Amino acid sequence: MRKILIFGATSSIAQETARLFAEKGDHFFLVARNSEKLGSVAEDLKVRGAGSVVTCALDATDVDRHQTVIEEATQKLTGLDTVLIAYGTLPDQKACEESFEFAKKEIETNCLSVLSLLTLAANQFEKQKKGTIAVISSVAGDRGRKSNYVYGASKGAVSIFLQGLRNRLYASGVHVLTIKPGFVDTPMTKSFEKGILWASPEKVARGIYNAIIKKKDVVYLPCFWRFIMLIITSIPEKIFKRLSL
Amino acid sequence: MGGQQYQSWGRYPKVNQQAVSMFWRQESLPLDGFEEKTFLPYGNGRSYGDSCLNDGGVLIDTRPLNRFIHFDAENGILRCEAGVLLNEILHLILPKGWFIPVSPGTQFVTLGGAIANDIHGKNHHTAGTFGCHVNCLELLQSDGTRRLCSLEENPDWFSATIGGLGLTGLITWVEIKLKKVNNPFIDQETIRFSNLKEFFQISADSDSDFEYTVAWVDCLARGDALGRGVFFRGNHAQSGTSKQPSPPRLRFTFPVDPPFSLVNQLSLKAFNFAFYNKQRKKSQKAIVHYAPFFYPLDSIEHWNRMYGPKGFFQYQFVVPHAGGPEATAEILGRIADSGLGSFLAVLKIFGDKKSPGLLSFPRPGITLALDFPNQGKKTFDLMDRLDDVVRSAKGTIYPAKDARMSKENFQVFYPQWQEICPYIDPRFSSSFWRQVS
Repeated sequence: MRKILIFGATSSIAQETARLFAEKGDHFFLVARNSEKLGSVAEDLKVRGAGSVVTCALDATDVDRHQTVIEEATQKLTGLDTVLIAYGTLPDQKACEESFEFAKKEIETNCLSVLSLLTLAANQFEKQKKGTIAVISSVAGDRGRKSNYVYGASKGAVSIFLQGLRNRLYASGVHVLTIKPGFVDTPMTKSFEKGILWASPEKVARGIYNAIIKKKDVVYLPCFWRFIMLIITSIPEKIFKRLSL
Repeated sequence: MGGQQYQSWGRYPKVNQQAVSMFWRQESLPLDGFEEKTFLPYGNGRSYGDSCLNDGGVLIDTRPLNRFIHFDAENGILRCEAGVLLNEILHLILPKGWFIPVSPGTQFVTLGGAIANDIHGKNHHTAGTFGCHVNCLELLQSDGTRRLCSLEENPDWFSATIGGLGLTGLITWVEIKLKKVNNPFIDQETIRFSNLKEFFQISADSDSDFEYTVAWVDCLARGDALGRGVFFRGNHAQSGTSKQPSPPRLRFTFPVDPPFSLVNQLSLKAFNFAFYNKQRKKSQKAIVHYAPFFYPLDSIEHWNRMYGPKGFFQYQFVVPHAGGPEATAEILGRIADSGLGSFLAVLKIFGDKKSPGLLSFPRPGITLALDFPNQGKKTFDLMDRLDDVVRSAKGTIYPAKDARMSKENFQVFYPQWQEICPYIDPRFSSSFWRQVS
């Protein structure tokens, strides 16, 4: 039975992922900003078979509380073996260009707060010599583009941080998973016109579930994004800088 | 916020609409930015015609409302959000010994859609409509009002919402009563019948002993063979069946849109002939898995694509017992003569259990449902001719399957239609409703 701590538990992808674990009877400590929504997610997971569900309202940028929350989760679940970090915002790129204050806030949410959680979780798991740390990064972190480079830079930093962490924790037997979804139809992307490249949160969740079980290092979800990003990252900068992607 | 991917199952009519999603039942309706527009809740798009469309308006996609709230596995009471699909419910409840009280022909409908259309199934003669098994629901309106509705609380709103075609507001969550079963299997008997008279005989003989009854009719047969077909009757299997049928493994899919309808005279004749003659013996018994028994077409994903880009119509009527057999024969005759009918038609006798729904379709009598590929004017003309028979037999047509009913006919078929008007949300409307009201 897994003991899973989820940050951003009310996100569509996190909910769908948690359902797959709930069916196996796993135990959850759910963290998100809105306690009412957390309550709905908790009820749903309980009906679907979760062994137990505890919730905790937290704004992830409140980094001072990170240590306490992880301790509380470990205590409530009597141990901890899986951490999933699933929250994020999609910044308004134009607003980020106009005001660094705005960009900084987005970077705090999508990057710095994640690095804080990762530091704490890594130390705890390194000590216990087991566990899985899974983080939803993004294909946007693979290469900077003018349309969303503040988001991309945040996610890119998270991906590189995770690479280092994986390298460091390998010796302790701790599994570090970088999840790179492409376009997913969720509240975060509700203002976008959906097309053929879009995936449902259920489909992405299935990929995350499998990657956790199989202890994968990096997954692109759906998997065709690996090829798309291979092409995008191999375009020479000389040419890339002229493109509108 | 494009609404292009939102269609009805019959893929007719094509409309121009926008769409927004409803993600949390606690939030108010996502009306911002559409000041002048009307709204309509949209489930999983299994209504055939225009009752799930809102041309020029906005659809509220309710599929993200797919959370369970509470399951009392002792007493078989399930509370969940309205965007949950029936197959998701079955996945949860069947291992605990429960089943859906009323199953339509597909398990890919949302709970909200099942209530808004007050759907029925093969057990209508014993269980009534889906609405008969709803304990309570929450209705959210555009002004932010939330009402708990049941037979005791806000019973007028309850009655208007069951079969209310999504017009009275958005159903956020629902509580239903489930049905106890021992296993996922059905004790099925299939009986071949050679004409309509024989169908009525078998149906009358089956009603008291079989919970589920339905017949497939060859709608190309004429003359003495008019109304020939195969009768299916069944009960949930008792415990301890020796043979355990497995669920259908393979799911086929129609991956692309064929440029024209694959349903034509030749393919139809071959299919209906094969179906009728598949069974050698007059009657045959088997224990089958619930999925092929209730949802035979669910194993072919996107089967609606086989009718090509013009789409198709489904036509379902009910006529009262008095004069009903004659009207049914007349209609089957007109369909056979036209040569426009599609695969097997579905024939069933409705029972007399009354639904709480104000605009519910089912009523005691004979009901027939079948598909027509959209062949333009001749298809419309045929359905108009069928309407005439239904109307003179004092029958009615099912809005969930309709895309072309005239205003005049609707108001004759549903003389109580104006009673729902005070309950319609002022910001809600649908293509269907604008056509008939």
